[in-house]
Amino acid sequence: MSAELTASPLFGIGATLLIYELATLLYRRWPLALLNPVLVTIVGLIGLLQAVHIPYDSYRRGGDMILFLLGPAVVALGLPLYQRRQEVLARLVPILCGVSAGAVASIVSACGLVLLFGGGTELALSLAPKSVTTPIAIGIAQKTGGIPALTASVVVMTGCLGAIIGPEFCRLIGVRDPVSMGLAMGTASHGLGTGRMLEIHLLGGAIAGLAIGLNGIITALLVPLFDWLFF
Amino acid sequence: MIRGWAILLLLQGLGELLAQALHLPLPGSVIGMILLLLGLRAGLIRVEWVKDAAELLLSHLSLLFVPAGVGVMLYFDLIAGQWWPLTIATVGSTFVVLAVTGWTTKLLSPPENNDVC
Repeated sequence: MSAELTASPLFGIGATLLIYELATLLYRRWPLALLNPVLVTIVGLIGLLQAVHIPYDSYRRGGDMILFLLGPAVVALGLPLYQRRQEVLARLVPILCGVSAGAVASIVSACGLVLLFGGGTELALSLAPKSVTTPIAIGIAQKTGGIPALTASVVVMTGCLGAIIGPEFCRLIGVRDPVSMGLAMGTASHGLGTGRMLEIHLLGGAIAGLAIGLNGIITALLVPLFDWLFF
Repeated sequence: MIRGWAILLLLQGLGELLAQALHLPLPGSVIGMILLLLGLRAGLIRVEWVKDAAELLLSHLSLLFVPAGVGVMLYFDLIAGQWWPLTIATVGSTFVVLAVTGWTTKLLSPPENNDVC
């Protein structure tokens, strides 16, 4: 492939949209959890870049433009939240307790499992903010001595996993109402969980969006505290 | 649609400024989300101004994570070196958070809700 063409943002954006569109068609044809369009697109793009030896930096010129839209998209989560404010206010206490419990559980279980299975402090600190949305998680990792780039990768993996099996797992353990499920999805797997939740249930999706913000705030305050206490 | 985009970007920018000025440990976008909520509540922003842009972005939210996911390829070596603790902690912790958050919320919620999804 011509290096000039792949160095233009045209390549990164075009390849991402094309593969995502194909992955969406595939998912519509075979709606299996494992064929999650985001996961298929990521694997497909990595495969494409490796196969034809296009450096990541070339892909990034277009990729960064798509990533940029994540900012206004997070702002946009305020709209469903406003539209559903009555339902949210009616269950404010369970919502705040649920996210706080989830935030603590996320940090403790991620760090605990890393240390238990032979990982080091650096890896534990990189995984501590794994359930919050990418920009917040990277900020936290930078502050506490994790590896921000590794954190970003783990955040996306966590998001894909939650989006793929989250709702099924929630139903399995008896969490079926849209508020509890939405909150679990947003707390465990940020925007990717919210994206899946928005497909399932509108109120659940709005609640998941709220959970992204709340979990971000709580985790940003808790991880430095944990770091100071235990590491 | 253009007005909606302008409002969303403006609020994100305001959020960044506030985060810097007040040394908040949050990205501007999350503060922008709170500002949008407050602006709508106060009647300074109308739903129809931001509706089209917001719904377009939110209906394709998952797509926006693809580039960060492709970035994983840069860290294959780093990941391969710590494969087991990394995988077990990521997968295990995701299930733990889903269960803890879901159960806590359900336990504290009034049982009237018949809506199931």
